[in-house]
Parts: sequence; C-alpha cells; structure tokens
Amino acid sequence: MAEKAKLGKEFSKGLIKENPVLRLVLGTCPTLAVSVSVTNAIGMGIAATLVLICSNVVISALRKIIPSKIRIPAYIVVIASFVTIVQMLVKAFVPALNDALGVYLPLIVVNCIILGRAEAFAGKNPVAASFFDGLGMGIGFTFALIVMATIREIIGSGTFLDGIDSLTALFGVTGFTGFTLFSNPVGVMVMAPGGFLVFGLVMALANKIAEGRGKPKAELKDCSACPMADACSMAGKGESCEEKAKEESAS
Amino acid sequence: MINGKTLHVSISPHLRTTKTTRSVMLDVIIALCPALIASGIIFGLRALVLTAVSVIACVVFEYAMRKILGRSNTLGDLSAVVTGILIAFNCPSGLPVWMVIVGDAVAIIIVKQCFGGIGQNFVNPAIAGRIFMLLSFGQMSKWTAPMAGFMNLTKVEALTGATPLAVAEGEALPSLTDMLLGIRGGCLGETCIVALVLGGLYLVVRKVITPVIPCVYIGTVAVIMLIAGKGDFNHVAYQVLSGGLVLGAVFMATDYTTSPISTKGKVIYAIGCGLITSLIRIFGSLPEGVSYSIILMNIATPLIERITTPKPFGTPKKEKKAKEETA
Repeated sequence: MAEKAKLGKEFSKGLIKENPVLRLVLGTCPTLAVSVSVTNAIGMGIAATLVLICSNVVISALRKIIPSKIRIPAYIVVIASFVTIVQMLVKAFVPALNDALGVYLPLIVVNCIILGRAEAFAGKNPVAASFFDGLGMGIGFTFALIVMATIREIIGSGTFLDGIDSLTALFGVTGFTGFTLFSNPVGVMVMAPGGFLVFGLVMALANKIAEGRGKPKAELKDCSACPMADACSMAGKGESCEEKAKEESAS
Repeated sequence: MINGKTLHVSISPHLRTTKTTRSVMLDVIIALCPALIASGIIFGLRALVLTAVSVIACVVFEYAMRKILGRSNTLGDLSAVVTGILIAFNCPSGLPVWMVIVGDAVAIIIVKQCFGGIGQNFVNPAIAGRIFMLLSFGQMSKWTAPMAGFMNLTKVEALTGATPLAVAEGEALPSLTDMLLGIRGGCLGETCIVALVLGGLYLVVRKVITPVIPCVYIGTVAVIMLIAGKGDFNHVAYQVLSGGLVLGAVFMATDYTTSPISTKGKVIYAIGCGLITSLIRIFGSLPEGVSYSIILMNIATPLIERITTPKPFGTPKKEKKAKEETA
C-alpha cells in the first residue's frame, strides 16, 4: 500500500503543486509559443508527455550504467531518439499539427522539463516512480498549456478548439472544426505580450492555490529538483537555498 | 521665546506641503479640461461620451480590484479618473465603446492594481492600455474626420481622415493653423495643441510638473526632425504638432511613478523618449511612436535613477578608493 501511495504522490505532484510550467517555471518557451490555440496545446502536450514518459523510463533503467560525468550527453541522446520518433509519427498522422507547431516539435529535445526531470528525478529513482513522475509532469504541462491556450484563443482569436479536426481525425471523427465565438477578437492576446500577460496571471493563480494548501510560494524544500544539488555544499540539509543564501550573507 | 514667537522643536520632515495626491490629480484633471472641451467641439458629442465611459470604467475597475484584493479604497485620490481621461484621449472618437473598456481594464486591473496600485505601476497605465488596444484593434487607426459632428452640420461627413503623419506625400496637409487648433484627424485628445499647451502651462504654474521633460522631449524630436528634414522648419512644425507628441510629452511622460526624480535623470529620460519617437517615425513601419517611446523609457527609468542618484555631501569621491581601503 505504501508503495502505491508513493507512486500516486509522484504522479500527483506534477499537476499543481510542482506543476512544471506554473510552479517550477520550466519549459516557458514552448508554453508561450504554442499556447495560442487549444488544438496546438493539446498536440504539444501529448507529444511532450510521450517523450517525457519514455525518456524518464529509459534513463531510469540505465541510471546505473550511465557514467555521471557524461550523463547530460547520454540523456540528450535518449531524449532526441524519442523526439525523432514522435516527430515522425506526427508528420505521418497529423501533418496539420506538424505545420502548426513548426520548430517547437523538434525543440522538445531541449525542453527544460524533460531534461530537468531526467536530471532531477529519473537519474536517481527506480523505473516505476520515474514513469509516474513523467506522466504527472507531462499531464501538468499539458494542463497548463490548455488553460493558457483556452484563455488566449477565446480572447485573442474569438474561437475555441479551432482546427481540432486534425486531432479527432485520428479517431475517425471528422467534421467538427471548433466553435467561432465572436468576430472582433483582442488580437494582442495571441501575440507575445498577451502570452506573457496570461502566463503571469495563471502563474499567480497557481501560486495562490498551492499557497492555500500550505505550500510555500514556488520554493522547493528538498534539493531533488535542483541541478546544482551535487555541487552544493548545503544539499540535503533540509533548508531552502534562499534561507541559506541569507544566512551566508549575514555571517 | 524669540521675538514673541514660540520655538517649536519637532522631528523631521520640517518642510511640509499642503499638496496631496488628490490635489495633484485634481490639478491634472483641470489641466486636461481645455483639451476635453476642444475634443467635444472638434469631434462632437461622441468624444465626450467616450471619455465619460472610460472614466466610469476605470473607477469601477479600480474599486472592484481594491475590494477583491482586500486593500484600502483609493478612489479618493482621483488617479483612476486621470487614467480614464487619458485612455479616452488616446482613442479615435469613432472607436466602439467596449474596446475602450478593454483598454481601461488592462490599464487599471493589470498594469496598476496587479502591481500594487498607485505609485507601484511599472509603466504608465494609460500608455499600456493604449498599446494594448493599438495591437488588438484595427479601429484604433481609423480616424474620424474633424468637424463631422455637431459643429458643422452642412459639411459632407467624411468617414475617415488620415492623420498628418499617415498622409502620403503629395496629399494635402492641414494648414499649420488647423494643426494648432486641432482641426485634423487623430485621437480625440491629441489634436488641439493650443488646449494641451494651456493645460501644460497650468501644471507648470501649479508646480505639478517641471517643464524639463516636455521641453526636452519635444525639443529632441524637433532637432532630429530638423536634421532629418535637411533644415526644413515646416517639416519640423508638422512633426511636432502632429500625432500624440504634445499630449504624451505633457501628460503621460511626466507621470511621477514612471519618470526619474532628479533633473539629470529627467533630461536623459526625455532625450530617450524623443530619440525613440523620432526613430520610429522616420524608420519604423508605424506612423506614430510616442506611446512606444514612453513605455520603453518608463521601463528604463529605474536604470536611469540608478546612474543619476545624487551622492550625499561628504561621501568619498570615488568608490574605488573606498574599496581599496577596505581591501
């Protein structure tokens, strides 16, 4: 039972509490670029989640074989292989999505969330835990993307689920091409300034929710997610880095 | 007792002023009145309606946001009213009313209240609202022809009239007198230069603003345009009088929160505004650059403040020396 509860925790932490986009502030670049339409957000979220789960599992399985000095190149090779597979699948089955996502699809290779989870979690934890961590983080990423894209698409383009038929066609459903809500949209919302604006507001909301549950603001108490943990003399002492920095400057 | 007067011993501050935020904002509103009346005459009743809606929307948003965030009510300082008037002044009079309300919402809710309210906004709320509308709505650059409203009913109504900045070469420009009086296409509060200058002088006389920023800003644009126009003073006059330059320089670049405190800083800030405005007008794809130049210099203001902070009397001249001593 305890084992199961632990796996459940690894899964659920990525949803809000340690949401990669809204709480860990990782993967900001694809988030801002892709969240202009809900269809793109769903497509990007699924693609990134698939890569994340696969790379987490493989890296976790190989964690005792990969020498720590060259772990980053090794992770990149694993991640790049899965990205290539996903990209080929998308090109073959959902070409419209491939056109819409453009360069951001191959750029999943250098997505901070995936590399970050490999470094912070999969490289140190067993396969099952890494799988659930990847799944939770992937769904958290997709969730954040969809929330932002919904706001931006409705206000910025006056549509909702525009172009969704490119995704539903995979399951044999065609004909539904989304709603057109109104014809005088606030264009800036689908531009970069609107992206930052919505990002800030949604992040504030996520902080508020997590704070309400007794979690400190975007601050991680343990060092497992910190890429500097190995080099840090204070790692694993149970205090936050900011507190340490304060103490150091005081002394 | 010295010469019959009581000697007061008190803690600082010893110099007090009767000025409050409310009185300053009230002065700004009074200074905006001539331009408001002018806009009513030039663009008709709709200009006044748009301004009224904008003011009401700003006040409502301000009240609602303070309430939601659990902060004290700040409607009394009238800053929301000023923002409302300025946003309406930055719109063409034919703009649909709901678009102005969107601009008000961005200005008050996001730029002002999300950053902590009056005195905490990182850029001028009115400018941010204008840029948000400008990027979103094509209607922001569809100008209503002046005098199409209730002043001159016999004249054939023109649907749109280009602003002098957007007029292609060869087309007729309004005469310089018309430019001064504001009988031209443009945003509803920016056209009547005489009224804006009147308001600016009132603010200077009441010591609400110093003339440094407006003078240096407009001066920089004039000098650059003189060079760019190869010494053609007519060109300079049109550049200075057209667009939102005077409105921006007098009422928006001088916002206390987002402009430097020291005179040296103000000069740097105003030169920056003038430079960016001129560069956008000459080389940019947009006809007008006042709002972008002010918002960019607003963001640069903390950096300007950092390099222009006056040194207190008696501190070492060079920081290097102090460092060497401690080392």
